[in-house]
Amino acid sequence: MRSFAGRFARQRAGVAAALFVALLVGICIVGPLIGLAEADRMSNDVLIAPSGGHPLGTDDLGRDVLVDLLLGVQVSLFVGFAAAVAASVLGTVIGAASGHYGGLADLAVMRLAEIFQVIPSFILAAVLVALSGPGLMRVVAVIALLAWPQVARVMRGEVLRIKNLEYVDAVRCLGFRESYILFAEVIPNAIAPVLAVGTMIVGQAILLEASLAFFGLSSVDIVSWGRMLNSGQRFLFNAWWLSFFPGVAIFSTVLAFNLLGDAIGATLDPKGSR
Amino acid sequence: MWRYLFARLAWALPIVATIVVISFLIIRIVPGDPLQALVGDFPAPPDYIAQVRHQFGLDASIPRQLWLYAGNVAHGNLGFSFANRQPVLELVLARARLTLLLMVPALTAAAMLGIVMAVAAAQRAGSAIDAGITALSLFGYSVPIFWLGQLMVMLFAVRLGWLPAAGMISLRTSPSGWAAVGSVLWHMVLPAFSITIYYVAVVARIARASVLAVLSEDFILTALAKGLSHREVVWRHVLPNAIIPVVTVIGYNFAYSLTGAILVETVFAWPGLGNLFIASITNRDYPVLQGILLVSAFMVVLVNLATDLLYGFLDPRIRRGYAVRHA
Repeated sequence: MRSFAGRFARQRAGVAAALFVALLVGICIVGPLIGLAEADRMSNDVLIAPSGGHPLGTDDLGRDVLVDLLLGVQVSLFVGFAAAVAASVLGTVIGAASGHYGGLADLAVMRLAEIFQVIPSFILAAVLVALSGPGLMRVVAVIALLAWPQVARVMRGEVLRIKNLEYVDAVRCLGFRESYILFAEVIPNAIAPVLAVGTMIVGQAILLEASLAFFGLSSVDIVSWGRMLNSGQRFLFNAWWLSFFPGVAIFSTVLAFNLLGDAIGATLDPKGSR
Repeated sequence: MWRYLFARLAWALPIVATIVVISFLIIRIVPGDPLQALVGDFPAPPDYIAQVRHQFGLDASIPRQLWLYAGNVAHGNLGFSFANRQPVLELVLARARLTLLLMVPALTAAAMLGIVMAVAAAQRAGSAIDAGITALSLFGYSVPIFWLGQLMVMLFAVRLGWLPAAGMISLRTSPSGWAAVGSVLWHMVLPAFSITIYYVAVVARIARASVLAVLSEDFILTALAKGLSHREVVWRHVLPNAIIPVVTVIGYNFAYSLTGAILVETVFAWPGLGNLFIASITNRDYPVLQGILLVSAFMVVLVNLATDLLYGFLDPRIRRGYAVRHA
């Protein structure tokens, strides 16, 4: 059996996506070092089309679109990763407990997860943010709250499969406590599919944050891609670059995380399609 | 059939109850006066505020408040929008109708397009159409739908000038008669088309899997063996069986497509739920936001229920309990 890295390297789309994500992370790290935020100044060069001095043009306040775009990476990645990690932890714990202990709690959790899948999550998120006020941490919390059932479902299924395998019975015969078996033996072996789902949640979270910002549900003083599309909406007739480039940024980032999630899933599951 | 019907109803009721509880909790969790969440920030007469305080029992205990809230919702009392001078339920239902007006043709087109693509792809596995469906579904799951709408505006309305960029009806058209219908249809093309593109991505992938599954059934082999042409087999035996999962997927994904429609219509200033939502955010008209949440959640549950029944009707194995529902 080959190593994970070796098998992953054969997924060409996944590798390209991983490189793109690495580039975005690099922008987040390098941005503050070269004073990107300070470069984001208003100027008299208002609504200038893409040209030599401003490769992606300027907005209605004279800010450089490229600089804004690079600053927006931070918000998107932060919301995406934070929401995905929170949802994965929550979903893993709930799903594992639900699958391991079964019974009434299991039934209740799975019904709750089902309800979360029926409720239009964007509207719920938008109402929550509209009433409680925008703020990145609130947005992260709301997205995580809406996304955990996806992880819980996968985790529960894995736990149900693993807990009856022979090696778990063997550990049980050694006299370890059930909670120890769950955390030390079952969950670590079920974590792989959670990784695939979690990666896709990063993409969903970025998309959801952008949608909320497009609805005007983000703080005015933070540059984000969704907010750029929100302000670009007013200039669709005379400044196409204000809407075009942030959209490309969101699309390619979300696509990268979806491809990455697909590739991780395919790598971990050799029986899977493709 | 009756047992199946009751089972599905028993599935829907707790969901409706949970939605009402969530909506109630939102008012309580949010920092600030719950009265503000129930009345909104628009200046309201003191008499009305006192009435709301009494009606929702804001001085009473939390369980009692929940009970009163559920009672109000059950009676269709979702409050009054002072920004719009209209009861919330009436307002939200009127706008929901316009959103559905956009969604129904868009989803129908997406379903037909998706099935046609799936059948075409199934003729030759691994063909260009096959790859196209995979690419399209990746596109649909990754693209911000409102940006897709903005691209449509920039291309077809601004650049080419073929179609109107915003609104539902031309101001120069008389508000009734065939001219009005024509104008509405004309304004519908771009937003509906945006939803269709977005949604074909979902449908085509399911339809492809479904067509391939049916093609591997024994009765297809039988049909071919008795001498039917490939075309006849596809139309008479593959399509009717492959359509069932497609219909159910559209139904069960109603929440997803509703969200898409709400986001798209704000780009086109289509006066549906999305625009009402944005206007209510600006006006801090909180009861309307809650009304939109409740009404859209109920719509989703209803569509899910209808899909269940349709599924049971189309596929006797389901209603007799031979197969489990897989969403």
